[in-house]
Amino acid sequence: MTAPFYKFGFFNDEVSLIIAFVIGLFFGFVLERGGFGSGRMLAAQFYFTDMRVFKVMFTAIVTAMIGLFYLAWFGFLDLSLVYYGDTYLLPQALGGLILGIGFVIGGYCPGTSGVAIATGKIDAIFYALGGFFGIFVFGEMFPAIKDFFYSTHMGKVNLPQFFDVSYGFVLSVVILIAIAGFTLVEWGEKVVAKKRSEGK
Amino acid sequence: MFKFKEWFTHHLEDNVREGELTPYHYTNPYLIGLLLGIVLLATFVIMGRGLGASGALSTVVAVGVDTVSPSTVENNDFYKGYLGDGTQSPFKDWLVFEVIGLVVGGFISGAIAGRNKLIVEKGPRFTNKKRFLFAFIGGTLMGFGAKMARGCTSGQGLTGGAALSLGGWAFMLMVFAGAYATAYFVRRQWI
Repeated sequence: MTAPFYKFGFFNDEVSLIIAFVIGLFFGFVLERGGFGSGRMLAAQFYFTDMRVFKVMFTAIVTAMIGLFYLAWFGFLDLSLVYYGDTYLLPQALGGLILGIGFVIGGYCPGTSGVAIATGKIDAIFYALGGFFGIFVFGEMFPAIKDFFYSTHMGKVNLPQFFDVSYGFVLSVVILIAIAGFTLVEWGEKVVAKKRSEGK
Repeated sequence: MFKFKEWFTHHLEDNVREGELTPYHYTNPYLIGLLLGIVLLATFVIMGRGLGASGALSTVVAVGVDTVSPSTVENNDFYKGYLGDGTQSPFKDWLVFEVIGLVVGGFISGAIAGRNKLIVEKGPRFTNKKRFLFAFIGGTLMGFGAKMARGCTSGQGLTGGAALSLGGWAFMLMVFAGAYATAYFVRRQWI
């Protein structure tokens, strides 16, 4: 086991901040290349005219998921040292719902709004200001909604543990769903494109 | 097939119509997904954590509130979580640096492609003023929702998704559910 490098003390906190900046550079670059700096391109997902949000997110998840699995399997990466948040099922589901509504009204999500501002989208500035305001509202309301925020705590739990099946099984299911999903959206995009051209 | 030179050049001449960027101007989404997945995987391998975005915004808000009203922060675990132990600046934070990189990376990509220009992203039947109002409302909901969910599309969706986190997957399904359920009502803004 040699990875995660940071957790094995290969470099200190100061260096980790430089790495954060470099990773952010790649993150922003790739998002912009994919059209994620454009609110219209992102919103198109929800009108079935361009499904790139689904394609990009699902491909990215599958890629990183397979990578994690094999790196752990080869004994290179200690999966137990990879941090991800605990599950608080209800607040996370409700938060997702609210964020989803905000996504289609606002046109961005937090990361993509950064790329949008960088490439000159004026509406994204208003979106980010709203983002600060929403976090402020949450912070001010926090004492009142604290109980709900900490409810349905299930610990650091992943899908294999929750459904009591092997990691490889969940991996296979997600890959199959991804392939089925990609096939479906490729077909759907063609149907919608045909309908739109006929309507004009 | 992916051609290295096109990656940098083919956008330039096509991108002439103001505000009319079509999918053609952008790189193949599956290739982008693969690259994004590699960036995410590299983050896991190097740092033992995933990508994020909304956390950096929260740091800014928490510092702002702490500056204006330190007593509010004193009794609020949410704000305190972003201010650290006081031994160093709250901005010396991994996510803050990552998001600064994200903005710079986005700018570099847009500059290379000739896409950096001041425009308002909206459909042809919508006014700028209304678009700004909607953007603000959407942003507010996003900020609130991301904090309720303990992360956004990056932190919960991508990172939690790839780590097969139960909460991450529940979050993501609900994001798509919420967006699709609302899309019809704001269609004039986009199409």
